[in-house]
Parts: sequence; structure tokens; C-alpha cells
Amino acid sequence: MERTAILTQLLEMGAAVALAPLFLGWVTQCRAWLQNRSAPPVWLPYRAIRKLFHKDAVLAQDASPLFRIAPYVVFGTMVVAAAIIPSMSTLPLNRAADAIALVGLFATARVFMSLAAMDVGTAFGTFGARREMMVGFLAEPALLMVIFVASLISQSTALPVISEALATQALGLYPSLAFTAVAFTLVLLAENARIPVDNPATHLELTMIHEAMLLEYSARHLALMEWAAALKLFNYACIGFALFLPWGLATGAAGPQALALAIPALLAKLAVAGLGIAVIETLSAKLRVFRVPEFLAAAFLFAVLGMLVHQLLGA
Amino acid sequence: MPVDLNAPLPACLALIGAWALIGAAGLLRPSSVRFAGRTLFPLGAIVGLGLAAVAAVGLARPAEQVVLAIGLPDLPFHLRRDALASVFLVMLGAAAAGISLFAAGYFRRGEGTPPGLLCFQYHLFLASMGLVLLADDAYAFMVAWESMALASYFLVVSQHRIPEIRRAGFLYFVVAHVGAISLLLCFGVLQGGSWLFTFDAMRAASLAPGAATLAFALALIGFGAKAGLVPLHVWLPEAHPAAPSPVSALMSGVMLKTAVYGTLRVTFDLLGEPHWSWGLVPLAVGLGSAFYGVVFAAVQTDMKRLLAYSSVENLGLAFAGVGLAIVFHGVGMRALAVLATIAAIYHCVNHAFMKSLLFLGTGAVLHATGERNLGRLGGLLRRMPWTAWIVLVGVLAIAGLPPLNGFVSEWLLLQAFLFSSEVPVNFIDMLLPLCAAVVALCAALAGYVMVKFYGVIFLGQPREAALARAHDCGWLERLGMLWLAAGCIALGLFPAQVVAVLGEVAGGLLGEVPPRPAAPWWLLVPLPDREASYGPLAFLLVAAAVIVVTAVVVRAVYHQRVRRSAAWDCGFARLDARMQDTAEGFGQPIRNIFQPFFRIQRELPDPFDAEPRYRVTVGDRIWGYAYVPLGALVRRLADLAAYVQRGRIATYLLYSFLTLLTLLALVLWNGPRS
Repeated sequence: MERTAILTQLLEMGAAVALAPLFLGWVTQCRAWLQNRSAPPVWLPYRAIRKLFHKDAVLAQDASPLFRIAPYVVFGTMVVAAAIIPSMSTLPLNRAADAIALVGLFATARVFMSLAAMDVGTAFGTFGARREMMVGFLAEPALLMVIFVASLISQSTALPVISEALATQALGLYPSLAFTAVAFTLVLLAENARIPVDNPATHLELTMIHEAMLLEYSARHLALMEWAAALKLFNYACIGFALFLPWGLATGAAGPQALALAIPALLAKLAVAGLGIAVIETLSAKLRVFRVPEFLAAAFLFAVLGMLVHQLLGA
Repeated sequence: MPVDLNAPLPACLALIGAWALIGAAGLLRPSSVRFAGRTLFPLGAIVGLGLAAVAAVGLARPAEQVVLAIGLPDLPFHLRRDALASVFLVMLGAAAAGISLFAAGYFRRGEGTPPGLLCFQYHLFLASMGLVLLADDAYAFMVAWESMALASYFLVVSQHRIPEIRRAGFLYFVVAHVGAISLLLCFGVLQGGSWLFTFDAMRAASLAPGAATLAFALALIGFGAKAGLVPLHVWLPEAHPAAPSPVSALMSGVMLKTAVYGTLRVTFDLLGEPHWSWGLVPLAVGLGSAFYGVVFAAVQTDMKRLLAYSSVENLGLAFAGVGLAIVFHGVGMRALAVLATIAAIYHCVNHAFMKSLLFLGTGAVLHATGERNLGRLGGLLRRMPWTAWIVLVGVLAIAGLPPLNGFVSEWLLLQAFLFSSEVPVNFIDMLLPLCAAVVALCAALAGYVMVKFYGVIFLGQPREAALARAHDCGWLERLGMLWLAAGCIALGLFPAQVVAVLGEVAGGLLGEVPPRPAAPWWLLVPLPDREASYGPLAFLLVAAAVIVVTAVVVRAVYHQRVRRSAAWDCGFARLDARMQDTAEGFGQPIRNIFQPFFRIQRELPDPFDAEPRYRVTVGDRIWGYAYVPLGALVRRLADLAAYVQRGRIATYLLYSFLTLLTLLALVLWNGPRS
């Protein structure tokens, strides 16, 4: 039992690390299709990461050790987050961090990334860090409120318990969850540097948020940062599945056949989610940075509305 | 003297006395830096460690009392040590140990008050904080409370030749005494007609609901003034920058917590059964202060002011926890009340370690550079690696990031808020969970503030040429900071053990010890029947393993080649330090988003200015709305009083004569009847 649990845990971490660039490639491909461009191959992120690993790292003269360890910390944090989120089954590490601690883990990654961006002291790096922290401090409470609504329904902040409670609910649809799903989508877009908050494909430094922080990185450090960003998107998608599409998870007691069902379920969900993100990104334009607080305030408001709806209707 | 481990109160008293003696010894050679720094402050640190150890032993022991016949003839000091006092004594001792070690290397000659005198005030301050925690009658409490305020006042104005510092000290003095008067009145109400001022009598007294509410309100004002709750927070951002850094650390890290201690003591111990609705006041004020504090911290440009506002935030969160505990307690949800109390006390202990560490860090920076202004710092990670890396621990902790300690108490507080929807009072059950949003917002903003604090001071390029000569701090200072950083890490990695101890304390205070949930030792499970758990050690180990494996794999499969070159910055070749974001720039999004909170004055340059100047000052609106009118009112009243006080002897003689006549008339009037 113990051995299978650890094996499942490792399998799921490995799956997340391996699948994350594919998911990113899928989103990019869908976006290209929707925008009537010829699509890059879905494997492109893997190739980019491989190419970066082969290159020699160039560091700025003044870069401190903090700058060099940050990619590893960010990557490690994202892998641990992937180990905690029940994407296919409930895992032994699920208990080590509940949804609130998960938000904390994401914050740790963000703070390290921002500090690293300020380390060299370039103009773009520091303003990237400032903007990232601005997006972060507005998105984090919104995400916490989303989790709170789900926790109020299931009486727990542990993600596996939440998914299980929501998957086996008596009620078909919770009205409060509809509001929070909107809020969560907005937070997902903002936290993962997608349009309308940030543009992952931009080459204009003045409008960058996430990319501005990575400008001084190269080679393996950049590869790790890019991979961590892909993992973050994957993790957010999985949190979304745990909260809003909780079906198809293999619970701890179920055997290998449940897991065999969980893998295609996850892939199907990812395919739909990727398409959804691409549709949103195609239909919206990038906001000015000054408008981002309003966007995130809307997310926060939706989450709070969800909570009020839950309190009023009890559902 | 034999030390009886079952009754550690005498040992605690002896150690507190030792602090006072060490302080007095400083007066022997007031101008010797060597004597104070190399002998007395390290001794004080050892006493602090001893106090923490002895009080930790006392955590599990029953409460004990002692009566000391000092003070006025008929008013002996009643002292009592129970679990609540012990927790705060452990905090005082442990934090003081680190701060004293730092102070041993910190104080120099020629910086205001001579070192021996500073040593006296400093140790008197420590001893009086210890007595505040042990006091068991109103008289002893007020004596200790006032000596604490006085000692810290003299420490704040140690550089009294600078007018701003004198002003800051005066403001602190005034607010401290408004609080003290309020506490005095509170004890007056609490004795409940028995005219006995021991805490035992107050526990026994049964107050009418109105009187109890009045006592609670007075206590909240009194302790709120000490804790720096809005709107009584104005002294904090003035006094903390004025004081020497170890003193700021002690005031912010430890002294502010005596207010939380006092509130818990008065509410749950002396008043006994608080009404649930009282809790809403500390909850609202606490959350308001937390938000206000963190928003103002984000726009500060002075590093110590920034930390002072951050203290307002953290104390606000602790008071929110206390308020929530009162609500839960009042409606009979005892297990949750215990959880909220644990969260509040845990936050106090955490804050004692992390804020002291940060203030000490600013002290090291101040000594190395002579600058408090964030706009003239930068790049110190390369000049002062020890300070920078140790301070990073404190920064991550206070930003509320797992697996460090700041996160644990915020996690507990959020868990407590989550179950507030079960409070059986209409409307309140809807309002309370929404308060969790404020806590979440404050926690996230704290991260913003701390990235600004650390990034502007330690990262980037040095903003002044003089910073190239900055040197790292000495070994005593490093040792003191390392001790506090170790505390932050330990409190973060072993939350289950800390919560078990605090659970006993809070349970004893609230009259219900919650059942210990069955969980593995590395996992914190705050409530037995809810599926919420947190095990920082587990995911830290996994994260460390992942990081090591990644690094090894990258090295084995690819290579480790590194080349150094100029910063790229998108191909811009002439990068200089002035192109970095400034402290003002980093605060700009907050200034924009929360504009109504600030009183902003801008001075913008004209396109044709020969010497363009840009200046922006961000002020506190409460100062203009409340304090300036209040000050004017006091002045007007004083002017009115001046009509009576003309300075002419003939007038004063007339007053005496009239008073005499009145008194005679009174005697005549009352005389025949008796």
C-alpha cells in the first residue's frame, strides 16, 4: 500500500512535469488556429526548453547567488505544488498542504521570481517585478476567496476533500460555484500572464510583466523558468478541475483501473481547458497596465458574490 | 538559591531582577563601550535565554502566586505566573536574547546617550516588560506598565539633540499616557465596588453588563494605544525610526505584544465571560489597522517607517484573532475560540522573531551606510552578504510565505475565519467570512511590501557611490540575527508542536482544553473533525529533493558552463543605478489603487525648469482629520485655563482666600448635622 502510494505520487509529479509543456503547446496551437495562423507544432515548448539547456549560461556581472538559485526554487516550488494538487488521484502529499498553503506556495515562487528580477538592477527587471507583485497581491486574495467558497460547501480546505464533496454532491450545480468559476478564470489568466493581463507572445518590453522579469535569464536558468511557467499554468488548470470539474479522480481506495480512467479524464479536461483559454485570449485584447487592478477587482468581487450567494442560498 | 522546577516563578523573578542589576551595573562606568557592550549586554542575553528556558518549563506547570512586600506600605506587589504569562515570558526572553546579542556589538560611543546609561534604560525596559507579564494586581501592573513606557521613552530619545527625535518621543509619551489613563480607569471599573485592586478580587467581582462593557472598551483603548491600532497608531512610525535599532526591535517585537497579552488577560481572565458582540470591535479595528498599516507600509521611503507600519498591520491581525476568539467564545463555540486565540498568540510570537530580525537588519544597514532612506540604498547583498541573507529569512517569514513561520499564524487565522459562517447569529455569520478577504488581502500586500523592502535595500545597483564602502556587521550582531532567524525557521517548520503548547495555554485561559487530534508529528491538524492539515516539513523536504535532483540532472545531462558579461537590459548599453525602480516607484501602484487613503502632495517640474525637481510626499489623513483638530482643541482649552492663571501673586492670594472661605462654609454647613 505504502509503496503504491509513493509510486502514484512520483508518477503524478512526473506526469505533471512532462505534460506541462505539452499543455502550453496545445494552448498556443489552439490560439493559432483560432487566429487563422499556421500553428506551430504542439511539441515546440519541449524543443525550446531542450535548446536552452544546451546553451551556455550568460550571467550579468553583478548577478548574485540569489539570481542563480531562483530558477531552481521556482521550479521546485511548482513541482511540489503539482505533487499536492490532486490532478489524477488523491496522494499522500495532499495532506501536507491544503488549498491555502498552495496559494502560499505560489506566492513563494512569485516572491523569489520578483527578487531575482530586481537583483541585477536593470530598469525592465525592476518594473517587471513591481507589476508582477501588483498583479499578485490582487489575484491572491481573489483566489483565496474562490477556495473559501468551495471550502464552505465542503467544510474543508483540503483539495481532495473538496473535489470529493463536490463530485458526490446531491445538488447538480451550485450557483455560488458559477460565480467563483468566473472569478477563478480571471485569476488564472492574470496569474499565468495570459491576455488580457499580459501577453505571452509580446516582444514589446514596455508592456511586459512576466517576460520582463526573465529578460536577464538565459540558457538553463531561462529553461527552468519557462518550464516552471508551463507547470504553473498546468497547476492552475488542475486546481480548476479539482474545484469545478471534480469528476474522474481516482480516490485513495480505488485500484489501478481507476487510475487508468483518471489519465484520459485528465487529458480530456486539459484539452477542453486549453481550448477555452485560447478562445478567451483570442476574443479579448490586452488591457493597459493601469486597468489590471480593475480586472482583478472584478475577479475578487465575483468571488465575494459567490460567497454571499452561498450564505444566502446555503448552496 | 535552590531552584524548584515545579514552581518557576521565583526563578523568573530572580532573572528579571538580574536584568535590573545588569542595568544598574551599567551606571558604574557609564561611558565605557567595552564594559557595556562586551560584558553587560551579553550577560543580558544569557539572562534572556535563561528566562525563556525557565518560563518554558513553567508552561506545563500550574499557576503560582507570590506576594512581594515592595512598594508602598499597604500595597505589596502581587505576582502570578500562569501559562499565558509563561508564553509571553518565553517570547520576551528568547527575543531579548537575540536583540541583546546584537546590541552588544551595536552601540557605539558618541551616539547620543552614553552606553552605560543606555544599558541601564535598556535592561530596565526588559525587566519592566517581564513584570508587566507577571503582575497580579492593578498597582503592580500600572507601576510596571509605566516604567516600561518611561524606559522606552528615554531609549527613543537617546539622540535627543535632534529636534525630530524629541518630537517623536513626545508624541510617543502622550499616546502612551492616554493609554495608561484609560487602563487606570479600566481597573477602577473592574474592581466592581470591592475597592480591592488585586486581580483575584477582579476575577471574583461580578460586574453589571454595562460596567463590564465599559471596562472592556477602556481596556481596548488602553492596550490599543500601546499596540498602535488605528487611529492610535501615529506614534509608531515616528518613534521606531527615532529609536536606535535594537530598541526599535525590542519595542516592535516585544513591547507591542504586551498589549495583546493585556487584552487577553482582561477579557478572558478578569472579565471572565465576554459578550460575543464585544469581539466585533477588536475584529473591525484590528482588520482596519492591518489594512491601513500595510497600505501605508507600501508607500514609505524610510526603511524603519516601513517596518513600523508593517507592525501596525501585524498587531492588527493579532487583534483580529482576539476579536474572533471573543465572538466564538461568546456564542459558545469553544473549540474555535481556542483556535482563534492560538492564531493570535502564535502571530505575536512569530512577529516577535521576524520583526526584531528585520529591525536589527536595518540597524546593520544603518551602521554600514548611515542611511535610512530607501532611495539612497541598494545592492547591499554584495557588500553585506551576512546581513542580507539572514534578513532574507525574516523578509520571507513576514511576507507570510510557507514554510516559514509568518504563514502558519495566518493559515490558522484563515482557518478560524472559515468556520465563522457557523456563528449562530444572523447577518454576522455572513459578515465574518467576508473578513477573511481582508486578511487575505493584507497577507498578499505584506508580500508586496517585503519585496519592496528587500529589493530596494539589498538588490539591484547601489544608488549612491558611498555604498561601495559599506561593510558587513560584526560577529555579535550576526549571532543575534542568526538566533532570531533560527527562531523564524523553527516556528515555521514545527507548527504542530507549537500549536499543541499554545492549545494548552489558550484552553486554560478560555476554560476548555480542546482534544488533541491524532496526527503524525509532522502534520498540523488544528481541529480534529475537519480535514485541514499543513505539514511544512514534508513539502520542504520534497521541494529540496526536487531542487537537488533538478540541479544534478541538469549538470549531468547538459553542462554547468557560465559566462559573465554586462547586464543585457534589452541591448541598452549605458545602464546606471538611477534607472532602477525607486522606493517611490515601487509604491506607485499602491498609491494609485488606494488613493483615497493618502494625503498626497506633488511637486512636479516644469518642462522649462533649469533644475527640475520632483517631489512627492504621502501623508496620513488621520493626522489631519483627528490629531490636528484635537491639538488645536487642547490649545484652546489651555488658553482658557490661562485666564485663571495670570501669574500675579495678588490673584493667586485671592484664589487661596476664596478657597478657604468656601471650605469654611462647607464645614459650617455640614458641621452641626454630624
